[in-house]
Amino acid sequence: MDKIHSMPKRVGAIKFGLISPREVRKMSITPIITADTYDDDGYPIDMGLMDLRLGVIDPGLKCKSCGSRAGECPGHFGHIELVAPVIHIGFNKIIRKILRSTCRKCSKLLLEPAKKDEYLSQLNTLKEIGHLPETYVNEIFKEARKAKNCPYCGEEQLEIKFEKPSDYIEDGEKLTPTEIRDRLENITDDDVRVMGMNPETARPEWMILTVLPVPPVTVRPSITLESGQRSEDDLTHKLVDIIRINQRFQENREAGAPQLIIEDLWELLQYHVTTYFDNEVSGVPPARHRSGRPLKTLTQRLKGKEGRFRGSLSGKRVNFSARTVVSPDPNLSINEVGIPYEIAKHMTIPLKVITSNIDILKKYVSNGRLIYPGANYVVRGDGKRVKITEINSEELAEKLEIGWTVERQLIDGDIVLFNRQPSLHKMSIMAHTVKVLPYKTFRLNPSVCPPYNADFDGDEMNLHVLQNYEAMAEAKILMQVQENILSPRFGGPIIGGIHDHISGMFLLTRNEKNVNKNDALELLRKAEVRELPEPMGYDEVGDPFWSGKQIFSQILPKGLNLEFSAEVCMKCDTCKKKECEHDSYVFIEDGELISGTIDERAIGAFKGLVLDKIVKEFGTTRGSQFIDDVTKLAIRGIMRTGLSFGISDEDIPKEAQVQIQKSLVTAETEVSKLIAAYEAKELDPFPGRTLDETIELSIMQKLGKARDQAGNIAGNYLGLENSAVIMARSGARGSMLNLTQMAGCVGQQAVRGERIRRGYSGRTLPHFDKGDLGAHAHGFVKSSYKSGLNPTEYFFHAIGGREGLVDTAVRTSQSGYLQRRLVNALQDLEVQYDRTVRETRGVIVQFKYGEDGIDSTKSDYGEPEFVHKVVKSVTGKEVV
Amino acid sequence: MKKFSLLNHERIPMHEIMAEDEISSVLKQYGIGKEQLPKIKVNDPVIKEINATVGDVVKITRINPTSGKSYYYRLVIE
Ligand SMILES: [Mg+2]
Ligand SMILES: [Zn+2]
Ligand SMILES: [Zn+2]
Ligand SMILES: [Zn+2]
Repeated sequence: MDKIHSMPKRVGAIKFGLISPREVRKMSITPIITADTYDDDGYPIDMGLMDLRLGVIDPGLKCKSCGSRAGECPGHFGHIELVAPVIHIGFNKIIRKILRSTCRKCSKLLLEPAKKDEYLSQLNTLKEIGHLPETYVNEIFKEARKAKNCPYCGEEQLEIKFEKPSDYIEDGEKLTPTEIRDRLENITDDDVRVMGMNPETARPEWMILTVLPVPPVTVRPSITLESGQRSEDDLTHKLVDIIRINQRFQENREAGAPQLIIEDLWELLQYHVTTYFDNEVSGVPPARHRSGRPLKTLTQRLKGKEGRFRGSLSGKRVNFSARTVVSPDPNLSINEVGIPYEIAKHMTIPLKVITSNIDILKKYVSNGRLIYPGANYVVRGDGKRVKITEINSEELAEKLEIGWTVERQLIDGDIVLFNRQPSLHKMSIMAHTVKVLPYKTFRLNPSVCPPYNADFDGDEMNLHVLQNYEAMAEAKILMQVQENILSPRFGGPIIGGIHDHISGMFLLTRNEKNVNKNDALELLRKAEVRELPEPMGYDEVGDPFWSGKQIFSQILPKGLNLEFSAEVCMKCDTCKKKECEHDSYVFIEDGELISGTIDERAIGAFKGLVLDKIVKEFGTTRGSQFIDDVTKLAIRGIMRTGLSFGISDEDIPKEAQVQIQKSLVTAETEVSKLIAAYEAKELDPFPGRTLDETIELSIMQKLGKARDQAGNIAGNYLGLENSAVIMARSGARGSMLNLTQMAGCVGQQAVRGERIRRGYSGRTLPHFDKGDLGAHAHGFVKSSYKSGLNPTEYFFHAIGGREGLVDTAVRTSQSGYLQRRLVNALQDLEVQYDRTVRETRGVIVQFKYGEDGIDSTKSDYGEPEFVHKVVKSVTGKEVV
Repeated sequence: MKKFSLLNHERIPMHEIMAEDEISSVLKQYGIGKEQLPKIKVNDPVIKEINATVGDVVKITRINPTSGKSYYYRLVIE
């Protein structure tokens, strides 16, 4: 019945203007003249701040103005007649500009008539083409200010100084608000137009207040404390102050008080009106509560993160949501989320009672809210919502009938939305199925960390429970985790193995490893595998054994064919493919891993080719099952051998240390030679570079090479039996550079890509010679992290490290702002059923989404064609 | 001085002024009015080059590796 009422309407135009004193009085229901709010009986005083005509907030009462109840009555404005005008603090900037560009005697805009016409027509064209006139208006003001004498009456213009917060001083004399208002009042409508304002909606004198609107009580509701005492809103407090001073001012003026006292009271009135609008004006002490807390006045209500715009309009709190810390659980499917019982008991889903579910719903209702799984509310046939308590649960279960609604608690299999802020892409909110678990954290499969960018160092995540079948179906089809394995950003998997999954698979599948029956069963226990393949062979005792590659093959789908170079590939000049002696050419035939090591290239999030292929060829369900199996198998794989890392893993033999030292010393002497050549002016500059740049570049180059060399030497002694090397080479975590810095040499510290040069004049620290260009004087760290840094090295390292911190801090805030602007600009664009992209007016932005209509998740890593791969998979031959 | 045509530059796709009947068939295809087309200003260098005037619709033929040929239509505005 009310459907038509809620039809969306289009806003035709919005016009901003100033409110005139006439308008204030017109919209006011009553003048407010007394500062007292309630009489001795607690009844609101007539023409006081709580006057009943200003609206109702107490439920049950009717509004004296409009007759509607609380909630329906929008509230009604009152007004305060100010005894003397005061400046509205928000308009100081423009008042200042106007005062300085108009005549102090005749109030004419200080420009020749011809000039005015020119500016006016220019403003009109700007308006027509939809440009903001602001910069142009500023130019007009600047031009008008230049006049020494009024071109109309010849009056000499004096300089007007502005003093915070709202004083205007002309030639040493303070202008009173009355004087300012008089000047503004005298400006002609035509001149107002030249100033870029519309005199019908914004006369300049309206920026000086003579009457103050009093907002309805609905805007400033009072609250009754438990003690029965009333506590008024901050705005009411401020209005009380204004009325008090206003009254005192009037009494004093009528009594003919001395000018000094009048001026003081005027200042005080200005202060109260100023802080009523904004209690954080610089130069004005904030008005405080009796307790010392600064009052929250109008500006404070709107401004900032918790203000009306960002806090109440752009973002709101919602029901049916939960938030807690997240922790990992590889035994959950990627599509699942573990939810604590405590949360499951509070989250509900409304279900209509029908014949097929009445028995189970009766059970839920009789369980009530304390016995899980239960129900928290029932909605009876007449639409009344009844809370289920211990007392009424049995009775309600008895009475339950078809047509009622039961709000039952979350159970396994429900669909919920899971989210981690900042929600930067669509994979930041995905649909999971519920798995109710003990303890107090949300549990998730570690493979879904990358899309959420989550880790478990205390991250919290939010959960939203869907409330109807349409929402659940939509979420399951579009938002479920398995539907988001492939990222539209690069067309590859964003969900997949991380860290230990990769190390685990690497350890399991690298080279030939014999796995006995016990271990094989243990490894595959949790995976969806029910049979072991033919063993690879039998040991001396005659017991069967399998290879790690065979074990991994069990979780691959039959019919999968794939070959690629693994992450560990040494990039040999000519790849021997299947015969690679480093076991780094992955060859999978009909779901059987024939050769190669499974590492980041195969199963990693972002890079996993096996993952990518399974999802694209066998579907998302098989893809999610594969990831589930990988996580379970990998975890057991890594536990079979164990993987740990300690300080001794950075040990390198004595001879290696000597070698590294030697190469570093050589580099240093080479640098010294370069410097000597530079000082002797024998150095040839690089093309397009100065001599100074050349020496810097050459030194950087030399030292960079020295660090790499140290790394290579260290790397030669650290083989694939070293766990750090395993992690780095398989792509699980860390890099060879990290290892180089730990075991070999930390290397050059840089600020903005250059050697460190800041500090004292001509040197970085006082214990170097002025002009010393040597490696150690400009932030080259010879030591390794393991051997430890000397004090100067440590200092340089701190300098370089800080740059990184500052960079990330600046970058996140900048990219956040950029993201917000982009989202605001694009949020209304929609891909229509005809595949065009249109905005709300139906204006076409793209005739085809992305101008090519390609869904990157359905194409091959963003490549437009797939034919070559199809031909190869069918014929087995590479076709060019 | 030698005069170069913008249209010969490899990064500038082909711009053509469309005939009335062609325009109406495009508008019909997308179910839109002329003002719902993307816009381009008359003072745009490429518009000056092909001598289009306000109210004309230009057809832009873009060639790229993912879509092959794609068409884009823009209404010339003031
Ligand atoms: Mg964290
Ligand atoms: Zn009312
Ligand atoms: Zn004058
Ligand atoms: Zn190889």
